[in-house]
Amino acid sequence: MSATFEVKPAPAAPAPPAAATARKPPRTSRRTQARRSLRRHWQLYLLVVVPLAYFVIFKYVPIANAVIAFKNYSPIKGPWGSDWVGFRNFELFFQNPVFWTLVKNTFLLSVYTVLASFPIPIILAIALNEIRNGRFKKIVQLVTYAPYFISTVVVVSMTILVLSPRLGFVNDAIGLFGVPSVDFLGRPDYFRHIYVWSDVWQTTGYSAVIYLAALSGIDPALHESARIDGASRLQRIRHVDLPGIMPTAVIILVLGVGNIMSIGFEKAFLLQNPLNTAQSEIIATYVYKTGLLNADFSMATAIGLFNSVINLFLLLGVNFAAKRITGNGLWS
Amino acid sequence: MSITLQGFRRTSSRRHESQRTTIEETRTDKIFLLGVKIMLWIALIVVAVPLIYIVANSFSSPSAVSAGRVLLWPIEPSLKAYKEAFSDPLIMKGYLNSFIYAIGGTLISVTLTIAIAYPLSRRTFFGRNVIMSVLIFTMLFSGGLIPTYLVVQDLGLLNTRWAMVIPSAIGVWQVIIARTFFRSTIPEELYEAATIDGASDLRFLWSIVLPLSKPVIAVIALMYAIFQWNSYFDALIYLKDPGLYPLQIVLRNVLILNTLTGSTTTTSLAQQLEQQQLANVLKYALIVISSLPVLIIYPFVARHFTKGVMVGAVKG
Repeated sequence: MSATFEVKPAPAAPAPPAAATARKPPRTSRRTQARRSLRRHWQLYLLVVVPLAYFVIFKYVPIANAVIAFKNYSPIKGPWGSDWVGFRNFELFFQNPVFWTLVKNTFLLSVYTVLASFPIPIILAIALNEIRNGRFKKIVQLVTYAPYFISTVVVVSMTILVLSPRLGFVNDAIGLFGVPSVDFLGRPDYFRHIYVWSDVWQTTGYSAVIYLAALSGIDPALHESARIDGASRLQRIRHVDLPGIMPTAVIILVLGVGNIMSIGFEKAFLLQNPLNTAQSEIIATYVYKTGLLNADFSMATAIGLFNSVINLFLLLGVNFAAKRITGNGLWS
Repeated sequence: MSITLQGFRRTSSRRHESQRTTIEETRTDKIFLLGVKIMLWIALIVVAVPLIYIVANSFSSPSAVSAGRVLLWPIEPSLKAYKEAFSDPLIMKGYLNSFIYAIGGTLISVTLTIAIAYPLSRRTFFGRNVIMSVLIFTMLFSGGLIPTYLVVQDLGLLNTRWAMVIPSAIGVWQVIIARTFFRSTIPEELYEAATIDGASDLRFLWSIVLPLSKPVIAVIALMYAIFQWNSYFDALIYLKDPGLYPLQIVLRNVLILNTLTGSTTTTSLAQQLEQQQLANVLKYALIVISSLPVLIIYPFVARHFTKGVMVGAVKG
């Protein structure tokens, strides 16, 4: 943290002790470099002041505010003046019967999302890459990419309308096979499928773009020599395309698995209704309800913090494992 | 796998002169390609059908929609729903608010993003690695919902328009995209030349970097604008006054919570039925109306959008 304060524009910074510069004769010391950079490029330092203040105020002050997880927050005393309660909030949460349900719902929903939305974009990208017909390829890309730009509220509304027992075409379609209409959103056991497959519908085209770029980066000579050696299309996909997009795929999988516990609030909350909460209540929605609807700030912060810490360790752990196994990680 | 000489026949005709002039497809490959095409057609249909279904319903008559008779083509075409939507004061207010937030938020976001991305792209900027780490850490760990809410509350931003644009002003991802672009397209020599001519850092940014960076500025501006247009969470937690609600919140109230905006004081059964039917078709029209601005610009920017995402994905 202290390093962030160095960048304030201070053209007349106090001179560092001369001994610091004398110790390393061949290279100017970092301090001297900093001072020289500050004097010559003070305008650059001036530029970053406001954006850095933004990050401090809206990202780092909240991290400090999270101290209320260990306190009994009182709005009058403020986050720092409130009384300490140690780990009581965490203990209460762990003892709460809802705890395991929340963890299970969050975990299962995320794992399902990652499992479904990881391979499908790869398949789409490889299929698109096989096609030479420019126009068809462009149309498929444009259409599958479009849902990514639609808002979560609209996607959820569409899902509800399409699956509606009275109006939706899905029930009309299964009605053709003699199946009685189903209230999909009123059944807890359908919630995860609805969540995950509407997500796949929305993001597959977008995710495929990343793989398409990775595919176009593969040396065409590899494909040509494989073809001359008599490799079929399928063999070329297996031995040229898949290894070529492996680094990208690993990064995306690491990000996906690492974020397993931080699955978004927005969509689960919108798809939620009193009938399906048994499976749709996840940590994020519970934090919202505890904190903002029941105004139990300390408890909500404790739950959120528990979630953030688990998530951080998951991400670091998965990244470490991926680096060990494949040599590719988030930070190369 | 027929690895025969057949596969190596030279093609004599000019039809194949595009990419693959030397080797013809084998039969297995042709079948495989057919399978790929069928798969892509299925993907196309799966994505497109719900979209077409919504549009078709929105242009149909309320009674046809309520009877579930509409599939992919409007039945008894009518613009009733659109007329209703455009005459609803809450919806129009939401539309206006969303435009204000999208435009204002994008201006603020882009300015701040460039202000931090440009210094971070310069080699002579001391401490850029530290600052970058400070930024990236915020992607990995956050204080959470309530601690952030407390900050917004303490700053007096609750229930103001600022709450929509300030707390989410800078995206680290966008900073990375802009920084990578600056670093890869603006050579240090250019800066040195400008310095010799007497340009300051700010002058260099304003007269040389920004004009050269129009594509990336367009990309991050669009990212911010679309994000702002589509977001509802900040409004849900920070806004209380319905007059400040962006369109997404209005949509949620009408579409998901089923709270009708129009007056429901009508008494006769026929009128109530009509009202109910209109409410159904209104939902479809609202989806179209709210997604239209984004979907109209999207095909024109999709290419740049992709490029921007790629630039950001380059590690460095």
